[in-house]
Amino acid sequence: MRRAPRSIVALTTLGFITMHVPVLVLAVFSFNRSRYGASWEGFTLDWYRRLAERPDILAALKVSLVVGGLSTAIATTIGTLFAVGMTRGPRRGAAWLESLVLLPIVTPEIVMGIGLLALFATLGIALGITTIVIAHVAFSIPFVIVVVRARLAGMDRTLEEAAMTLGATGRSAFLKVTLPLLWPGIIAAALLAFTMSIDDFVITFFVAGPGSSTLPLVIYAMARRAVEPSINAVSTLLVAASTLLILGFDRLSPRRGS
Amino acid sequence: MSVLRGRWLLAPGVFWLVAFFAIPVAVLAGTSLMPRGIYGGVTAGFTLEHYSRFLDPLYLGILARTLLLSAICTAICLLAGYPVALGIARSGRWKNLLLFLVILPLWTSFLVRTYAMIFLLRDHGLINETLMALGITSAPLHLLYTRGAVLAGLVYGLLPLMILPLYTSLEKLDPTLLEAAEVLGARPLSRFWRVILPLSLPGTIAGCLLVFIPSLGAFLTPDLLGGAKDMMIGSLIQNQFGPARDWPFGSAASVVVMVVVLVAMLGWLRRRPEVL
Repeated sequence: MRRAPRSIVALTTLGFITMHVPVLVLAVFSFNRSRYGASWEGFTLDWYRRLAERPDILAALKVSLVVGGLSTAIATTIGTLFAVGMTRGPRRGAAWLESLVLLPIVTPEIVMGIGLLALFATLGIALGITTIVIAHVAFSIPFVIVVVRARLAGMDRTLEEAAMTLGATGRSAFLKVTLPLLWPGIIAAALLAFTMSIDDFVITFFVAGPGSSTLPLVIYAMARRAVEPSINAVSTLLVAASTLLILGFDRLSPRRGS
Repeated sequence: MSVLRGRWLLAPGVFWLVAFFAIPVAVLAGTSLMPRGIYGGVTAGFTLEHYSRFLDPLYLGILARTLLLSAICTAICLLAGYPVALGIARSGRWKNLLLFLVILPLWTSFLVRTYAMIFLLRDHGLINETLMALGITSAPLHLLYTRGAVLAGLVYGLLPLMILPLYTSLEKLDPTLLEAAEVLGARPLSRFWRVILPLSLPGTIAGCLLVFIPSLGAFLTPDLLGGAKDMMIGSLIQNQFGPARDWPFGSAASVVVMVVVLVAMLGWLRRRPEVL
């Protein structure tokens, strides 16, 4: 394809600066010795050291990891089965299934958050880690389905058929041929689900109970009080974690640009 | 073999999405039609009062402001995102890296990114300190807790959602069409207006929806970056489920949001691009 004119290159650069500079600035200042101003007063790791001394942050980190681990395991399993099921079963009701997968993705998070809160209140379920896991599984499943399905679509179905022609049962053809080919997609989906779980604020905000604050909830509470370098430090760690996870996800996904 | 049949594979997913997505939305719709209880919950009965309350100029104002801010945000994202999408589509070997850099912000915490805006915009934030150090201003400008800050936060947060579908459309565009237009004498601007733009329409529509819908439901951005006068419908809903403890009214407000979203989605569902 032809090269972009210089004006497009300039506007593209500007776009990328807009999308990335604010978080980079935030990260740089997490290493700043100054407590208040936006002036640079020397490098320090103090703010990170202090994070390790805060019981609320450590407790939240634990909740975030437990919720992330559980919801990722459940959502990845359920979503993968669903994606495989969609390629088999009868096409009847397919449009209905598509909507069931697509709607949660486009529904504003706040609607899903308060909807779950209202449901849990109606059923008399106490808010806590369980309700957060249920909610995270619910918003992760559609994304797992989309990712695994993309992998399935790019796969050669004839391999499974060949295995069955050669005498494999449906079950062993699936386990020995389809599943190994599907693994990169499943791992990619799991990385995505884990990232979404540790980063989610809005939905978690409504379904968390006392003592079950995740890291984003603690960051929010801190950010409402005051601007302090500890927030920069914990935020930087969270962004770094997401970046690594998404880097892994990107590696496992089929290349978009050709 | 029978275990691997479609129906059983689909069952857990269908259960989870119905129980924890479809039913919660239905519960909201139900709550919005019931009288308010003493402690903010509901009592048995049927009423439309929460919807009629929405006709109060105060709430219609919030709805109008939300629609307006979302529309402006969408327009800015379209204008800013189009050249970026075009630039990526023509970036040759940089393409994969640039695409990764567009996807990355979508998967990093929206909260952290909103906090980054506070860090930049506050009275003694980087922008004000820089302006004062350069002698451009003598006192800090009040950038934070304004409608402009809310808009900046929304655009910053949602821009990648505009770029991705636009890119998908532009990437698929057959370059020979542009060459044909050129051979037939079309100038660059006319090639853009008459070839590129019409062919990227599906991506444009998808991008606009993907930006418009989340900004409609935004509550974190106005909450952290806006002032008291910049309440959006998301903040109103959160307020009803928080301090105001009026769940039926909050439910009615969220039903209004869902209706707007569904109306916006209806035309799109039929010809959805493969970006999602």
